[in-house]
Amino acid sequence: MAREILEGAMAVAHAVARCRPEVVAAYPITPQTHISEELSTIVADGELAAEFVKVESEFGAASVVLGASAAGARAYTATSSQGLMLMAEVLWNLAGMRLPVVLACANRSVSAPLSIWCDHQDAESIRDCGVIQIYAEDAQEACDQHVIAFKVAEDRRVLLPVMVNLDGFLLTHVFEPVELPDQALTDKFLGKYEALYKLDVDNPMSFGCFTEPDKCMEGRWMIHDAALRSLGVIEEVSAAFAKTFGRASGGHLEEYKSKDAETILIAKGSISGTIKDVVDAWREKGRKVGLVRLKTFRPFPRAALLAALKGAKQIGVIEKGGSFGAGGIMTPEIKEVLYDAGLRIPVSGFCVQLGGREIAADGIAEIVERVSKGERQKAYEYFRLKQSLLPDLVP
Amino acid sequence: MSSKLSMDKLSIGCVALPGGSLVYKTGAWRTMRPVFKHATCNGCRACEMVCPEGCVFENPAEKHTIEQGGKKREIANRDYDPDFCKGCGMCAAECPVDDIDMVPEVK
Amino acid sequence: MFKEIRIHGRGGQGSVTAAEVLAKAAFKDGLTSQAFPAFGSERMGAPVRAFCRVSDKPIRTRSEIHAPDYCIVQDPTLLETVNVFEGLKAGGVVILNSEKPEEVKVPAGAVLKAVPGNRIAQEVIGRPIPNMVMVGAFAGTTGLVSLASLKAAVKERFGGKVGDLNAEAAEKAYNAMKEAK
Repeated sequence: MAREILEGAMAVAHAVARCRPEVVAAYPITPQTHISEELSTIVADGELAAEFVKVESEFGAASVVLGASAAGARAYTATSSQGLMLMAEVLWNLAGMRLPVVLACANRSVSAPLSIWCDHQDAESIRDCGVIQIYAEDAQEACDQHVIAFKVAEDRRVLLPVMVNLDGFLLTHVFEPVELPDQALTDKFLGKYEALYKLDVDNPMSFGCFTEPDKCMEGRWMIHDAALRSLGVIEEVSAAFAKTFGRASGGHLEEYKSKDAETILIAKGSISGTIKDVVDAWREKGRKVGLVRLKTFRPFPRAALLAALKGAKQIGVIEKGGSFGAGGIMTPEIKEVLYDAGLRIPVSGFCVQLGGREIAADGIAEIVERVSKGERQKAYEYFRLKQSLLPDLVP
Repeated sequence: MSSKLSMDKLSIGCVALPGGSLVYKTGAWRTMRPVFKHATCNGCRACEMVCPEGCVFENPAEKHTIEQGGKKREIANRDYDPDFCKGCGMCAAECPVDDIDMVPEVK
Repeated sequence: MFKEIRIHGRGGQGSVTAAEVLAKAAFKDGLTSQAFPAFGSERMGAPVRAFCRVSDKPIRTRSEIHAPDYCIVQDPTLLETVNVFEGLKAGGVVILNSEKPEEVKVPAGAVLKAVPGNRIAQEVIGRPIPNMVMVGAFAGTTGLVSLASLKAAVKERFGGKVGDLNAEAAEKAYNAMKEAK
């Protein structure tokens, strides 16, 4: 299969088509729209034998794929930001009903104030519901991770929805070299979806039943247990993917020059590319810096992270989100991993690129400089906040 | 402590006052501009109504005369607001008497 | 080798397509490339920027281009409201669609190359849509992408007669810039 220059969202649409979903339902929203539009074109042109269901909202889209999956079909949807918020109730139901729907989230900021640009607050805000979350650095990973997603989701040891995250605009709207997963290899890799239970008028059953307190905790715990078990399945499927397709797009982490690093940065998504350029520049000057890039965010790969981080002297977490009124999202989770292992490595968290704020190599370099000095910075800092824009905060 | 809104700062809740579009002048985007010839214009106001920016208006201080049904009629001239006209040419396209030309904007 | 190109145009003039075609041409030459617009609310006529990176190594960063090696300016009226020279590297080249380059104030350290893009487009394609002409002029001036790959990329992007005419226009501009050197 040859590499070609493709727009990220278009590449994802074609990669998804090769996974042969049987039902696709989606509602347009910037910046995922090209994924859904291209899929609808692929179906309309007869290149994919699927039902493309036009819906009135993302709540409708998620509900349609839930119903389709419950009826035994491989189902797919894509959304961003406000759309993901509208899907929230259904995502909880997908996980609770143990339905292996795959969806893409073209990460975009969440209103208010209104923004169409990329940050991770949308996906992070639904991190607790049991949907598996993986993050792509580039368009190639975004394509490959969809193949991995279907296989992980449908594995009988998992049976959970999987969300592939790709940065809105920064990945969806960029033209770059991509090799689409070969159709024959993908067919062999995924096989057909065989549902564990399905809605069938000849063999009726109910999904997502009303469950009283004496049983509900166990019903919920099974979601948590499956999510934890998926850590092993993700590693297994990723290794199989690498063997079949020759690309290391899966796995929980990428350790970029971090094995002997004193200062380690942690990030997820496309900003990792800029960080790698800065790491290289520092290494050329003899400074021991590295990047640990998170690919699996939910479930949180604690063991892999601990192994990757335990030798660091300072850690800087670069996030594109946060929890208002608390601090970061990844930052406290990383601290917890270290704390439980008895390690008091200083961890500083930085919020960058909220609402799509441009950050380039110089901003990353400043963060590296400050973290490497060793003193712990603020627990979570909104990086380069423009004080001059702020009004009286108490009117 | 004030809740007065300022153009230079954000506000609590990022509220905004109306009229912001009056400050952001889009006329600089223009590469063509309308020329109202006032030769055949009969004051039908199609240009005013079709302008998507609302920047064609009547200029009653200046008039022109046309012949209509054997009688002379005085018609107020048309003008356009150069701060906002983007040169889309819809006024010229819709003028039923071809009284408007679009010419390149040359500074 | 790592080169960054910033394209200035107006919404509707095909600046993003220009970046895309450049990226595809470079890829055909065996290089790695990346193209994307400055994302935002897009309106016809509004100033827009598009970016293209070309390298012989994998391109990992996705920030906007702040220190371009080259700028392509598709519409000379932009010079009034946009600083197309901003961040240009010392000795950087600006390729401008203009019949009157002598009127342009060029900052010290920048090199200006003008091409009558609208005229070539009108002559060859029959419409004053100069985006492929400008890309041809860029290739002729810098040699960063080959003419053969550029023409192939243009034809693939547009197809049919439109593709052929645009490729021809790009070639005309390419040759004009090569001869002018």
